[in-house]
Amino acid sequence: MSGKEKKTVKTVIDGKEYAFPQGTTILEAAKSVGIEIPHFCYHPGLSIAGACRMCLVEIEKMPKLQISCHMTVDDGMVIHTNNERVKKARKAMLEFHLVNHPLDCPVCDQGGECNLQIYYMMHGNYISRLRENKVKKTKKAFQIGPHVMLDQERCVLCSRCVRFCQEISKSNELGIFQRGDREEIDVFPDMQLNSPYSANVVDICPVGALLDKDFRFKTRAWYLESADSICPRCSRGCNIEIHYNLNRPWKNEGRRLARLKPRCNLEVNDWWVCDEGRYSFKFIDDDNRIEGPLVRTDGKARNTGFKEALELAAESLRNSAASTDVEIAVLVSPRAANEELYLLKHVFSEQLPGTRLVFSSATPFEPTEDDILRKKDKNSNTRGAELMGLTPDSAQVWSLSELKDAVLAGEIGALYICYHDITGLPEEFSAGWAEALERIPLVVYQGTNTCPTSEKAQIIFPAAAFAEREGTVTNFEGRVQIQQKVFEPLSEALPGWQIIQSLGVALGGSYEYESAEEVFADLAKNEPAFAGLSYEKIGSGGFVAKDAKA
Amino acid sequence: MGNITVKKIDTSRPMTFLERIYIWEILRGLWITNRHFVVNMFFHILNLFGIKTKRKGAVTIQYPEEHRGWHRRLRTRHYLARREDDSPRCVGCMMCETVCPANCIYIVAHDHPDPNVEKQADKFTIDMGKCVYCGFCVEVCPEDAIRMDSGHLEICSYTREDMIYHIDRLLEQHHDPSDYKNHEEWMEEYP
Repeated sequence: MSGKEKKTVKTVIDGKEYAFPQGTTILEAAKSVGIEIPHFCYHPGLSIAGACRMCLVEIEKMPKLQISCHMTVDDGMVIHTNNERVKKARKAMLEFHLVNHPLDCPVCDQGGECNLQIYYMMHGNYISRLRENKVKKTKKAFQIGPHVMLDQERCVLCSRCVRFCQEISKSNELGIFQRGDREEIDVFPDMQLNSPYSANVVDICPVGALLDKDFRFKTRAWYLESADSICPRCSRGCNIEIHYNLNRPWKNEGRRLARLKPRCNLEVNDWWVCDEGRYSFKFIDDDNRIEGPLVRTDGKARNTGFKEALELAAESLRNSAASTDVEIAVLVSPRAANEELYLLKHVFSEQLPGTRLVFSSATPFEPTEDDILRKKDKNSNTRGAELMGLTPDSAQVWSLSELKDAVLAGEIGALYICYHDITGLPEEFSAGWAEALERIPLVVYQGTNTCPTSEKAQIIFPAAAFAEREGTVTNFEGRVQIQQKVFEPLSEALPGWQIIQSLGVALGGSYEYESAEEVFADLAKNEPAFAGLSYEKIGSGGFVAKDAKA
Repeated sequence: MGNITVKKIDTSRPMTFLERIYIWEILRGLWITNRHFVVNMFFHILNLFGIKTKRKGAVTIQYPEEHRGWHRRLRTRHYLARREDDSPRCVGCMMCETVCPANCIYIVAHDHPDPNVEKQADKFTIDMGKCVYCGFCVEVCPEDAIRMDSGHLEICSYTREDMIYHIDRLLEQHHDPSDYKNHEEWMEEYP
């Protein structure tokens, strides 16, 4: 924002006078007062193309209709967005767009969320006058990159995808080729649409020309329900929508979560999300999810139910605590929510004083980074752990290598692991851990999926995944954001904070939190960095924790 | 659960003398049966000699060996139609599944080898035990793939599982016109 106050101008839209800041486009201005002007090529995150001519409006004293995506409001302007002349122009433009459109809506995945369909029902509704054959492309749908399918026949040539590749991902894979009715979108020769942000073109495509290969034919758009969440894949904390299907379990091999879509948050991720994050949800419905609390005796894991497993864990932990020559260590995960971290910190320090906290932000993922969205730290909540003093900066907390040394020296009697798959980490972190884990008398694992580390654990608690529990995560700049509970945890799994609370109760404490929100209320009270925050205040856009920037 | 109260009504009445001696009631029953027989026979004989009467003799149809012809608009069991090249017409668009008021259609789609068809149903299952025969699925189908003129109306089985028709069973079926005799003709023959 520049220092100068923007001038406001008075404009009449559809008979009512409004004041807008100067420089607002008519389309945006109308949208802000609840008037939707149909458009294909305009996207708030991209440059103006003026290619589709769908957003034509009449401005008094101007002889021709004007495109509202490019025209800015001005003093004394009188705009009609819905009079007969505009309607006629819209209908004509729509007819033009549909001249070569194949009308294969039944097999098109965009069906149900397609702007062409919506606008036809709203503004078209004519009987086709086309007598000529439609222009057929030589290839129907084909793959243009690892995640994207292209069907040139369905394209309305809005050029949003081309502009995205030029302006946002700056990878320049897509272009418009040929002229006239043979004009088509395609990747440049010998190129693939394989930038790390490639699947965003699917979201911005107003029709079914660019479709997600992963989602292809899995279900239909209208079967899906949507909930807001935060991408768990890196410390950017991109705002996402979770599209899920619970009512038709025979679809998509019973997977509940169908796809992730970016949700606009201008402070965090604008309108985009990277491909790594977009396809990071598969583990939620994987076959290797831990479904019940397991206790391993003589190499055989057996589902004992939570009560017995918790009591056994509490008893074993207390026994280790009683011994003077060994310590208890808790491996804290920066992928856990703030509420879980808070409870971990408190339950163990209150019930088992002297417990050693260990922190590692290592992940099995490749540390990719760029200046668009992706961050090197692939954990969703490292900053949250930092703000609570759980990182090895403080002398109380160990790093993974310090823990390994202690284990090899036989100083660790019990290890409680949250979410970390130590043996699955890159070589520099995991080296030697496979043997080291076997030297610990008691390993308790709390996690979502079975992994080599959980195979070594004697007691395993099934935790809910990020879409199955409510919680907050803090992104790299200290913005606290809410991950909503989208659906119930798989079989017996429980939210992480609930497991830790129950363990605290089994250890003899009294913790009576009813929800993650209550845990967060206490957290805000006791952690100075989160002072004054509440779920209500965080809302859907997130809230930067007080001294996070310091 | 609330308690359900049942009001008992006693409809029995003391039998009359004639009812108690029994034989009189038997004779009365025989009289009714015979009256129907004689009257129907009388009209059938008149019909045989070509004498048209307003009242027609009653007809017994030997069901299930024989049954009335079905109206051409009657909705019978679904089947999935095929194209000229014998491949299924269904493209797995899930319109029928969406419109079905009984939620008895279950579709899983996948890629079709021909890129011009693109999509086809991998699994297409109808639970006939749930179906209400509304015909919405036929109405909504953009490919005219699901049809309800197979001519099969007797859908019965010993288990619920057998009421669930999978794609191969639905594709086996086809339109059988033999039972869709001209309804008007049939009505003429056996009014």
